[in-house]
Amino acid sequence: MASSAAARIFAIVLLAGLALVPALAAWLDQPFWVTLFTRILIFALAAMGLNLVLGFGAMVSFGHAMYLGIGAYAVGILSYHGVDNGVVQLGVALVVGALVALGVGAICLRTSGMAFIMITLAFAQMLFFLAVSLREYGGDDGMQLKGRSLLGPLDLNNPTLLYYLAYALLLAVLFGFWRLVHARFGMVLRGCRSNERRMASMGFATFRYKLSAYVISALVCVLAGMLMANLTRFVAPSYMAWTVSGELIVMIVLGGLGTLIGPIAGATALLLVEEALSSLKLGVPWLDNLINQHWLALIGIFIVLVVLVLKQGIYGWLVAKKP
Amino acid sequence: MNHLEITGLVKRFGGLLATDHVDLALARGEIHAVIGPNGAGKTTLINQLSGEILPDEGRIVFDGHDLTHEPPFRRAMAGLGRSFQITSVFNDFTVLQNVALAVQAHAGHSFRFWRPASGERTLTEPARAALAQVGLLERAHTPVAVLAHGERRQLEIAMVLATGAKCLLLDEPMAGMSPTESEAVVALLRKLKGEHTILLVEHDMDAVFALADRVTVLVYGRPIASGTPEQIRNHPEVREAYLGEEAH
Repeated sequence: MASSAAARIFAIVLLAGLALVPALAAWLDQPFWVTLFTRILIFALAAMGLNLVLGFGAMVSFGHAMYLGIGAYAVGILSYHGVDNGVVQLGVALVVGALVALGVGAICLRTSGMAFIMITLAFAQMLFFLAVSLREYGGDDGMQLKGRSLLGPLDLNNPTLLYYLAYALLLAVLFGFWRLVHARFGMVLRGCRSNERRMASMGFATFRYKLSAYVISALVCVLAGMLMANLTRFVAPSYMAWTVSGELIVMIVLGGLGTLIGPIAGATALLLVEEALSSLKLGVPWLDNLINQHWLALIGIFIVLVVLVLKQGIYGWLVAKKP
Repeated sequence: MNHLEITGLVKRFGGLLATDHVDLALARGEIHAVIGPNGAGKTTLINQLSGEILPDEGRIVFDGHDLTHEPPFRRAMAGLGRSFQITSVFNDFTVLQNVALAVQAHAGHSFRFWRPASGERTLTEPARAALAQVGLLERAHTPVAVLAHGERRQLEIAMVLATGAKCLLLDEPMAGMSPTESEAVVALLRKLKGEHTILLVEHDMDAVFALADRVTVLVYGRPIASGTPEQIRNHPEVREAYLGEEAH
C-alpha cells in the first residue's frame, strides 16, 4: 500500500491531534471533550478491528457489535460479582470472546456474500436477546457498574488516564495491524479478498486463515467493549444492537475501507459530526430545533456526500490520490 | 506408474453430460494435450482435476493417491497446479507479490504476523526465478492492474510454476497472446517437459502438435480419439469433427 504524502500527513496530524485532546480540553476548559473523544477512540478501535475482516478480508460482518457487548458485559458481570481486577476481567473477556468468535466464525465462514452478512447479524441478535433476558444483570435496561476496572496503579476514574489508555491501545493495535497486513498472514487475507478461488488453487487452506482473522478482529472489539463499560460505568444490551454493527461499518466506509487509518478517521468524523449536529446552536431557534431533531437525516446526507464525492472514503481518497 | 490417472470420469449438469466417461493417463514428464471444439468440456475436465467441481463418477489418482474427493488446496499441496483460461490473478498486488504469494502457499504455514512478506527472500527469490522463466522479470514491481493482456497470461503461468507443482494443468495458456508471446510459451513448455507432467488444453494447433507427446480429442465431453500427434492428425473422425472445421 503505497500512500501519498497527503495521506501520510493526514495520518500524522490525526494521531497527533488525538494525543493532544486532553491538554486542549483542559486549556479551553471543556472537560466534556475528553469523554467525547474517549468514545471516539473506543469506536475507532472497534472499527479498526472490524476493518481487518471487512476491509482486508472482504468478509462483511454485520454483527461485530456483539463483541463490543461481550467485552462490556465481561466487565459488568464480573464487577457485579465483586471481581474488579482489570487483568482478570481482560483474561475472561478475551477467552469468552475468542471462544464465541471461533464458534460463530466457523459457522458463518461456511457462507459468503449476502448469506454471511445475514448470518453474522443473526448471531449478534441472538446475543442481544440473551443480554435482554439476563434479568439479574439489568435485562433490557442494563445495569450501572459499581466501579471501574482496577488496573494496579492506574486509576481509570481519572478521565485523562482512561483516555490515554484507550489511545495507547489504539496505537498498539494500529501498529500490530500494520505489521500483520504486510506479513504472510496479511498477504493471505488480502489474497482471499481479491481472489479466494485462486488462493485455494495455489494451495492455501483459506478457511483457517479467514477464521483466525475473524477471531483477531473480534478480540479487538472485545477490548473496545471493555473500555466502553469503563467509560460509561454502564452496560446494556443496546451496546450490541444491530445499529451499532451498522455504525461500525459506516465508520469504515466513511474513513476508507481496507486502509489502516481509515477506521480512525471515519469514527472521528462520524461521531464529531453527530455531536455537532445534535447540539448545534446557531442562534436561530427554528433552525436549531430542526437540525437538533433531525440530525440523523443530516448525517445520512453527510455520508452520502462523502461516499459519492470521495468514493473510497476520507482517508482512502487521500491514499489513492496521485502525489 | 502413471503420474496422473483418470478413470471413468463423469460429470452431469442437469441433463447435459459435460464429462462422459473420460479415461486419461499421463505418464511422468509427458505433455498430454486435450483438444476439442468449444463446449467440449475441456475446462470442466480441468475443474474436476483441480477440485473446483466434484465428478459424479470416476476416480482421479495422482502420484498414487486418490484425490477424487479432496478439496482444491489439498490437490495443490499434493503437487497438482493449474492455470486459468480467464486470467485469475490478484489485481491489488504487484506482479512480484502475485508470484511470491504462490511461492508462499508452499513455503510452510502463513500464521506469521510480524515480518513483512516482501522482505522474505525465501519467497521473493523463487518468485523472481519464475518471472524470469516466463520473461516477465522486468515488470516485477508493476501493479497487475496495468499489465497488458499478454503479460497477464504470462503471469498466470508464472504463478503455477511458482507453486512448484510437478503436474501442471494449463487451461489455454496461450489464449489471446501475440504470436511472439505464444512462441515464447511454446519454448518454455518445451523446457518444462520432462521435469513436469503437463495437461495442456489449447486451441493453438501449431503449439499442440509441436509440443504434445499425446493428444486426446474431446467432443461433447467424450474422448473420440487419443494418440500421438501424427495419429490424431490422420484420424478420419477427428478430421471430420474438429480439424476440418479449423481448416477453413
